Amino acid sequence: MKRLLQFFVFLLMLNAALVTWAVGDGRHMQHFEVDLSNKQSLQRGVRTFVNYCLGCHSAAYMRYNRIATDLGITEDVLKENLMFGTDKPGETMTIALQKREAEVYFGVGPPDLSVTARSRGADWLYSYLMTFYYDPGRPTGANNLIFKDTGMPHVLWELQGWQRPVYEEYTAEDGTVSQVVSHLELQTPPASKPVAYADETYEQTVADLVNFMVYMGEPIRLKRHKIGMWVIAYLLVFLLIVYLLKREYWKDVH
Amino acid sequence: MSGVINALTACRDWIDTRFPLTKQWNEHVAEYYAPKNFNFWYFFGSLALLVLIIQLVTGIWLTMNYKPAADLAFASVEYIMRDVEWGWWIRYLHSTGASAFFVVVYLHMYRALLYGSYKRPRELLWIFGMLIYFTLMAEAFFGYLLPWGQMSFWGAQVIISLFGAIPFIGDDLALLIRGDFVVSDVTLNRFFSLHVIALPLILCALVGAHILALHEVGSNNPDGVEIKQNKNAAGVPVDGIAFHPYYTVKDIVGAVVFLIIFCSVVFFAPEMGGYFLEHANFVPADPLKTPEHIAPVWYFTPFYAILRAVPDKLGGIIAMGAATMAFMALPWIDRSSVKSIRYRGWKHKTALAGFTVSFLILGYLGIQVATPTYTWAARFLSIIYFAFFLLLPCYSTRGAGPVITVYRWLVRGLFWFIAVLAVAMAASDGDVVSNYFAAAILLLVVGMEYSKFYLTDRDKPVPARVR
Repeated sequence: MKRLLQFFVFLLMLNAALVTWAVGDGRHMQHFEVDLSNKQSLQRGVRTFVNYCLGCHSAAYMRYNRIATDLGITEDVLKENLMFGTDKPGETMTIALQKREAEVYFGVGPPDLSVTARSRGADWLYSYLMTFYYDPGRPTGANNLIFKDTGMPHVLWELQGWQRPVYEEYTAEDGTVSQVVSHLELQTPPASKPVAYADETYEQTVADLVNFMVYMGEPIRLKRHKIGMWVIAYLLVFLLIVYLLKREYWKDVH
Repeated sequence: MSGVINALTACRDWIDTRFPLTKQWNEHVAEYYAPKNFNFWYFFGSLALLVLIIQLVTGIWLTMNYKPAADLAFASVEYIMRDVEWGWWIRYLHSTGASAFFVVVYLHMYRALLYGSYKRPRELLWIFGMLIYFTLMAEAFFGYLLPWGQMSFWGAQVIISLFGAIPFIGDDLALLIRGDFVVSDVTLNRFFSLHVIALPLILCALVGAHILALHEVGSNNPDGVEIKQNKNAAGVPVDGIAFHPYYTVKDIVGAVVFLIIFCSVVFFAPEMGGYFLEHANFVPADPLKTPEHIAPVWYFTPFYAILRAVPDKLGGIIAMGAATMAFMALPWIDRSSVKSIRYRGWKHKTALAGFTVSFLILGYLGIQVATPTYTWAARFLSIIYFAFFLLLPCYSTRGAGPVITVYRWLVRGLFWFIAVLAVAMAASDGDVVSNYFAAAILLLVVGMEYSKFYLTDRDKPVPARVR
């Protein structure tokens, strides 16, 4: 039994070593610490989402009133500040933009964002939204370090302003030298931010938005851990009882 | 009070005169004697049954809300995750249950490898178990298409295309499985039908047969004692204890420990870092966009790594098939008179350890993108994997009849052929990594010659109580 435990510990360590090894690439990927316990952050996130994302991206599996209930928003506030179309609170967040039209405008149809946080991950979303930069060569005037030649314009430009890339020399293994982006630099700060965003940094806005998208990807995540604690606590108590029962029965087995 | 008991007894008697209720209960539970020396490894049989029940019950509830149609399936899964009361919980139990099933079944099978539980008289028990395992693989494969995500779609595409590589009938066979020229709505519909009706029926029937066979021959145990050969005057095995209550109370402890681990995954890490629910599967299936990296779910990856290790596609499929089917032959290729690892010689222990390590690392390699290093590592490990099965008759056979002598020469020839082939391949591709691995393969084959691995292993003396 002891040897078996040692073996499992070894496997876990091996796994941890392999995982750290596997995530080593992706030079511009930034880590984002998701925080779903902050209701205000989630509320600010949904505000940014409906104001800036929901025009082109749908969230067709997410209901308005589910957001309201989960984030502690009253129905009046919801209708007044977060719903601009003819939808009813019980409906999902669909959009008027047709996929066929969107393909004409952007080259690709903007994907539905309901579960994007689950497919791309929070790190990717945060890094993507942080690394738009000015590129006159692109039809939208913007490029991205995480998603090269993305079809999406820099929608949040009025909150971030414009960044420009700073290049550095990179020598490949075979000796060829090329220019690669080392980092981005804020060139043109936003002239005047919308009033609602006046006293928050762009990093904070993006963090709130990503928090919200993580919540939207799996709304039950707000409660799942809490329920899980109770389940495990119950099982631990039950384990004690069944263990004592087993010991009682097995007393006469030699 | 006594009135209630009398009524219940009368009720039982009424049933017993019409149906063998008490008789079956006694035969399979209350008076079924199991060896008293079961250890940790013996929890996984009852746990597999527990997981089967979890899968059946959650499956019924998922089916109430799931829509097996290409344009509705993905949305209906999200509907279950968001709008169905406790739907997320039912779905996570089912998705985690699929992985848990394989964890438990792999450990259950490994127990049989450790203690020789497949050996006489348990050959049929083992065969039924293997059929359960194959059915489970098919069940998992069909079920994985149902969420209709990118990985569902492309995983199915890749695996079905493997059947297409079979000579002569391949294309027609792939067409028959898909029901269409590509994976489509038709495929989804038939996979749904197979997943919720056909295979569960077969699975339950096989589990029944597995348990019946077990109760006919009795359980093996870590020492390999045949408890039915040593009975007291009352006909009760001396080394046995009644399954109920002793093993029912013990298995409940195991079940609760299992549930603690299981629920930790369900509530705190249902995606398990992308291994139980793959990230790419949260993107709806798109027949026009191939994902960058298609990996099967973890429980298929050892075999997937073997498939990719073989340079030829058809050869790879044959190797993969052989890697899964080889277990079926174990009762007949293991010629040793000793069952348990405790009394086996160093050759068997070495071969089994090699098999274990190769299975685990192949599982890791099957998840990764194939690089030349990984492919060569998979080749090296595949050789060790198959060596376990090929060498087993060589070192477990006592004496030297003409058949075994010829067989030993054949296996030696095969290994030398593989070593020469590896060296030739490494020499022709001029890659440094392949040279290292070819050298390792050559060293392995030379090592087997040097240690006389092909000759009879020296098992330890078996204590009298075991015989």
